[in-house]
This record gives sequence, structure tokens and C-alpha cells, in this order.
Amino acid sequence: MEIKRTAIAGTLESSDIQIMLSKGTEGIQVTLKSDVEKQFGDQIRKVITSVLKSFNIENAKVTAVDKGALDCVIKARTITASQRALEIADSPEWEVL
Amino acid sequence: MVNEEERLRRTMMFVPGNNPAMVKDAGIYGADSIMFDLEDAVSMTEKDAARTLVYEALSTVDYGNAELVVRINGLDTPYYENDIKAMVKAKVDVIRLPKTENANMIKKLEQLVEKAEKEFGVPAGSIHLMAAIESAKGVLNAYEIACASKRMIGLALSAEDYTTDMKTHRYPDGAELEFARNMVLHAARAAGIAAFDTVFTNMDDPEGFYRETKHIHQLGFDGKSLVNPRQIEMVNKVYEPTRKEIENALNVMDAIKEANEKGSGVISMNGQMVDRPVVLRAQRVVQLAKAAHLLNEEGDYIEK
Repeated sequence: MEIKRTAIAGTLESSDIQIMLSKGTEGIQVTLKSDVEKQFGDQIRKVITSVLKSFNIENAKVTAVDKGALDCVIKARTITASQRALEIADSPEWEVL
Repeated sequence: MVNEEERLRRTMMFVPGNNPAMVKDAGIYGADSIMFDLEDAVSMTEKDAARTLVYEALSTVDYGNAELVVRINGLDTPYYENDIKAMVKAKVDVIRLPKTENANMIKKLEQLVEKAEKEFGVPAGSIHLMAAIESAKGVLNAYEIACASKRMIGLALSAEDYTTDMKTHRYPDGAELEFARNMVLHAARAAGIAAFDTVFTNMDDPEGFYRETKHIHQLGFDGKSLVNPRQIEMVNKVYEPTRKEIENALNVMDAIKEANEKGSGVISMNGQMVDRPVVLRAQRVVQLAKAAHLLNEEGDYIEK
């Protein structure tokens, strides 16, 4: 699916992650800022990318600022950002949850 | 005569649904029930985010034995139906409907829950319901609300909206809530479900909190809704049975055992017959004592 608009989900509070999603042309590009980038960077990227794939988003620029979020939080925030970017927040895709 | 143990519901802790730090840690405080809030604690622009966050947390975080409750947005909001679908799919234990005023609101909710159970392959009837009573109408219809569905497990009084509806506000002595408390409690008891008292928000007034909790304990409420984990221990302390109550309850339980072993239908203690209400009360005392860690593995009283 095509991203219709730039969207943000999540906050910069502890245990959260802020995900900004905008249109891209060269696949999924993730820019990640995290204090635990060294230990968990790959895992965080993996969670984000797999959520985008489940929405069939093939091209997107992702800016993620992590404040120590658990995987379930990363997943939730990426889902919310995707639904907002695809403008389907009012009729969510239940199979993606 | 010995009935199946009822779930203890002394404490129902509110957790704002869009706060990851609080959502992930909600299980560590020992609340009997955890209530994730999608309603008043979440701003209009974050309703979708909170719903998804609570869904993912319910699907992955281990909350131990706590009963998991979600307060969805009201019937008159655009979030209502999506909240129901997401929470049914997440297999939450209980959906709490805010601002319940009549039985039809519960019936409508029940229909949507039933539909969602089918859609997501969740066992039929597994999602329970409870109603928050927040208005004069709700209080007067409390019994029909409590009986509106077989899925109903409880009623909760919500005093902020209720006192506003009554053109008053909360006072330290709680006189303005007396009628509502008794109505909600009687409705719940008559329907065989749980009754939860309202929140007490002033964390700088522990004396007031104890006074109110002792009062609702005396009335017969199962427990209280809470806004701060620090209040859990305080409520549990009020609900903790005394040594005398526990020892008496243990004697009753021994008498039941003895009667069962003898094959006798009549339970007697110290030469006197033990009535059913005495047995039921003893069972509840033992359950509360266990929850307060006052009984050892053999079921004997532990000296503190």
C-alpha cells in the first residue's frame, strides 16, 4: 500500500518509541536513534520492518526515536503510524494486530 | 454447600491506556484487577494509538493472575465499535462500559461483543462485561443494568460524573454518595455480581482514604477502583481479616470437613448447628486471609 501522508505515533517519554513515517522511493529506510542501538538496534529495525510489510508498505522513510520501548510497544506504535499514514485509522486492518 | 471460589476483587487499578511505561508495569503491584483506560485518560487524537498499545500489551505482557479489564469509549463516540473489536480480539477478561444508564446499553454491547467473538474466533461467551454507573439515571436503573446480560460480572460507581449530575460535588464524609452506593451495591448483590466503589483521588489524604475504604468495606463492597498503585496495599489492609475472624473461620471449615467425613448433612460446631450464611462468610474470610498471606500451606494461621 502507498503512504498517503506523513504520520507520527508515540512519544519521547520513557518506555515509548516515536515513529515517523513518510513517503519513500527506495524500499524501507529506517533511521533509528536509541540509547540501546548497539544491543537492540537490529531487533528494533526488524520489528518496525515486519509491521510495515504486514501492511504491504514497500516504500517508506522511517524515523524512529526509541526511549527503551519493549517489542510490543514498538509494534503498537508502528501499527498506529502506518494506519495514520495510510489513512485507515478509522477502519483498522484487524489481521495486522 | 461449599461453592466455587469467587474471584477476589478488592482492588481495580486504573492504568492510562496510552502510557507504555505504566501499561507494561501494571502487573507488578499486585492489584486484583487491572483496568486499562481507553476513555477519559486518553486524548481524542490518541484513541487509535491507545487501543493498539493496549491490544499489543494484552497479547504479550504477562500480568499474572490479575483480572484484565478495559474501559472502552462510550456508546456515543466514534471509537466504541473499534474498541470492542480490538479488545475482543485481544481476549480481555472484562469490557467495562462507561456512563451506563440502562439495560439496553449493555444489550447493545453484548450483541457487538458476540459478533466480534465470532469474527475473531474467540470462544463464545468468554468476554465478560461490567458497567460503570455515573448518573442519576444509571443509579435508578442499576438493577436492570446488573441483570442485562449473563456476561455481567460487576457494577462500579463513578462518583465524579455522578456528583456533577446530582448538582453537588464530593465531600469528605461521602453523604452525597450514600444513596448511589447502596443502590449499586444492592443491585449487584441481587444480581449476584461484584460491586466496586469509586476512586479516591487525593493522595495527600491517606486518613480520608482509609475512612472511605473502611466505610465501603462495612457496607459490603467487593472493593474499590484505584488511581494509584500505592492505594493497593491500603485497601488490602482494610480487607484483611483479623486473627479472631480467621481462627473462627478455620473452625467452621474444620466443622465442614468433619461433617463431610461423617457423611452428615448437618454441620455443627461446639454443639451448635452452623448455618449456610456462617459457612459462606467463613469461606470468604479464608479466601481473604489466603490473599493476605496469613495462612500457611497447611491452611493454619501464621503469627505475624
